[in-house]
Amino acid sequence: MLDVIEALLRRPNFVAFVTLFLWGLYITVVHHNLVKKLIGLYLVQTSVIFFLVTTSVKSGATVPIVDLAAGTAPEVYMNPLPHALTLTAIVVQVATLGVSLALVAAIYRRFGSLDENEILKRLE
Amino acid sequence: MSYSFELPLLILLILTAGGAIVVKDLISSVLILGSYSFFLALVWAWLGAVDVAFVEAVVGAGLATVFFLLTLFRMAPEHILIQRSPPPISAVIALPLLGLLLLYAASDLPAFGDPQSPASSHISPYYLENSLRETQTPNVVTAVLMDYRALDTMLETGVIFTSGMACWLLLGRKHS
Repeated sequence: MLDVIEALLRRPNFVAFVTLFLWGLYITVVHHNLVKKLIGLYLVQTSVIFFLVTTSVKSGATVPIVDLAAGTAPEVYMNPLPHALTLTAIVVQVATLGVSLALVAAIYRRFGSLDENEILKRLE
Repeated sequence: MSYSFELPLLILLILTAGGAIVVKDLISSVLILGSYSFFLALVWAWLGAVDVAFVEAVVGAGLATVFFLLTLFRMAPEHILIQRSPPPISAVIALPLLGLLLLYAASDLPAFGDPQSPASSHISPYYLENSLRETQTPNVVTAVLMDYRALDTMLETGVIFTSGMACWLLLGRKHS
């Protein structure tokens, strides 16, 4: 038990990731409002990207832009691969957010409400 | 890697995320989410991911907030205020258990900032050592995105185009 707590204290980023991830997931599952669900989904996505970027950190390293004076040794720079992959993930995340907001707007135009229960009532 | 401004940033991040969730007015909630995105960009700049920080500040904080606001501005004010209902007991029990499971797994992760961690030791040294010689681009992230994975980035524009088409088809239709 103590070693788990010590491991957590040395990884504050992981604790922040777990908090944000669970909070977003909770809102996505529990809330009845569709826009609030999307806010929860956005939190889940950004928290996972946060976790991936955290894995790229090397202590004592600098940003992955090669400086000829510093050489090209891998210890000098952060790991560039998580950065490149999460860049794609952020752009795709916003694209899917746009589509889901368009869906929400279409639902609102048809049913006049953002509340899940009311929409279900009007569907019947 | 000092802890002096790391912890305040993380606390601000969690506070703004909580604010976006707790606030009842959806427009305020979305604006707080925008500030959350800016704090996230700061955190990423601190973690050395400058390219990701730029993209988050422009696309995450800017474009996503504009999308949310454009959707909300079309709606009647009484629908933008939300009522809360008591949460189901299964979610209240299951999610903290999932959180404890995730936190328990923390001791198996590589240490924060470990240069020999699995993510940093297999293929990424190749890009750092050879990308300047092979692509003549000092920024390794740009070299990976635009040279080594150029096809992937091109198909990503296909994803953006598809989502734009989907939005147009959903919103462009005349309301009968």
